[in-house]
Amino acid sequence: MSDQSTGRSGFTPAYLDRVGSSFTDFLGSTAPELLPGRRPVPAVPMGDLAPHGTTIVAATFDGGVLMGGDRRATMGNLISSRDIEKVYAADSWSVIGIAGAAGIAIEMVRLYQVELEHYEKIEGMTMSLDGKANRLAAMIRGNLGAALQGLAVVPLFAGYDLDAAEGVSPGRIFSYDVTGGNYEERGYASVGSGSLFARGSLKKTWRPGLSADAATRTLVEALYDAADDDSATGGPDAVRRLYPILYRIDAEGAVRLPDAEVAAISAAITADRSAGAESREV
Amino acid sequence: MPYYASAEQVMRDRSEYARKGISRGRSVAVLTYADGILFIAENPSSTLHKIGEIYDRIGFAAVGRYSEFESLRVAGVRLADVRGYSYNRRDVTGRVVANAYAQTLGSIFTEQMKPFEVELCVADVGQTPETDQLYRLTFDGSVFDEPDFVVMGGQADVVTGHLRESFRAGMGLADALAAGVKALSAVSASTQANGGGHEQLPAEQLEVAVLDRRRPKRSFRRITGAALRGLLAADQTADDAVTGESPAEAAADTTEHAASQPAPGTPPGLGDPAAPDTAGGAQADGPA
Repeated sequence: MSDQSTGRSGFTPAYLDRVGSSFTDFLGSTAPELLPGRRPVPAVPMGDLAPHGTTIVAATFDGGVLMGGDRRATMGNLISSRDIEKVYAADSWSVIGIAGAAGIAIEMVRLYQVELEHYEKIEGMTMSLDGKANRLAAMIRGNLGAALQGLAVVPLFAGYDLDAAEGVSPGRIFSYDVTGGNYEERGYASVGSGSLFARGSLKKTWRPGLSADAATRTLVEALYDAADDDSATGGPDAVRRLYPILYRIDAEGAVRLPDAEVAAISAAITADRSAGAESREV
Repeated sequence: MPYYASAEQVMRDRSEYARKGISRGRSVAVLTYADGILFIAENPSSTLHKIGEIYDRIGFAAVGRYSEFESLRVAGVRLADVRGYSYNRRDVTGRVVANAYAQTLGSIFTEQMKPFEVELCVADVGQTPETDQLYRLTFDGSVFDEPDFVVMGGQADVVTGHLRESFRAGMGLADALAAGVKALSAVSASTQANGGGHEQLPAEQLEVAVLDRRRPKRSFRRITGAALRGLLAADQTADDAVTGESPAEAAADTTEHAASQPAPGTPPGLGDPAAPDTAGGAQADGPA
């Protein structure tokens, strides 16, 4: 009977096997060629052949967490994209920002989004925030081979913890390294080529218990500072009307801030800084 | 223990067996309404669902043996997600999912000793009411493209009769829910008409969900708790203002936790193919 049923039409036995609610594991057993990180990568450094995304920053505020990213992708010394999006909503309560090889990173984000939705549909409930962070770590771990050839992907993950205890900040941030190491960050974090400068900026401007508006400005300012000193990070571009992408996650869920709002903040920062420069000249 | 049975006899026995299993369960109704598709199931359990989300615009409802339709639901979610991931979200349609179910149920029915005791509905909500699709799938893999509404489970014919009287195309959500609940209540064992304690199926005996065409991306939404009680109350005040419950009674209803069954539609001890009381064909046609 089982010999015949392996050749039958409709769902293959793997589909009807009830065990497992992970989409990645399911693809691994039925269609491994669709998974990033399972493909052989030639043993030559190829970091300059593919576009790389750059700076992502995240910071908590009173009642949630914010994440933002600049819009530049670089390929060696060239700017390959001015309007790439590197921050995505992973599901209703979490966002993911990516730095590193853009092609693999975006594929990984798509897979991760399906992974979370798949779990939610099969189990009938949302995965815990720590569970989500761990699933992402497993995905990065699978990409280690490609990372060593120069196609590293390093994400930043932030979410609203629906199970947070009373008095504990529900906004949480997780950072990763290329080997899949998963570290919870306190307050703020940054990844990518401009992360050093962004972190320096956040270190001086971020404080616990900021309001959402103040934290948003802090975050845009950190991206501004990163773009100031890192050639691979793009600043706010008023000519093309391209501004950093920001997501805010609070008790209402994850929302992308409208471009007009980010444009106003960017304009205010530019105005403040040029006013500061004028006063120094006098 | 080999013995000869004609193919016709075998198929008839299996059909009867599956039909018996399905008819023991409570009913599910799937109705189209103005803004989408409404699923109503009589289901005292709040965690063992008969209604589920398959994809952005596709919903699933089932009656029969829980373990069997649950594995089919999971398979449907997997198919939709693999297809959406490797093609595009727009390339996942109810027809694809319904076809896969039909093939699977058909081959299980013909190849395996015991057919699946399930009946499924795959609903695909479109951008307009004209493009809504309801597919009904039976245990033998037959697929029907139904207009307006689908009723499955025990005494489906009676429920269909009641629904046909009250159903109008393009009803609002509250009206559609009222029509569906009224039809399901007519055959439910927990209503007064059939010896139960309720006038009509209460919120805690119901599992309700919608595919709302106005929602972007994932259109599936469960209606539970206060939202469901509000909608049901809106129906009742519209129907007749006389039978209003006092608030205290309503509160007592909601705090009481309804009993849950391990597998809706499957009484314990029944459903084993070897058990004489469920070997439908042998009973009907005498000893084989």
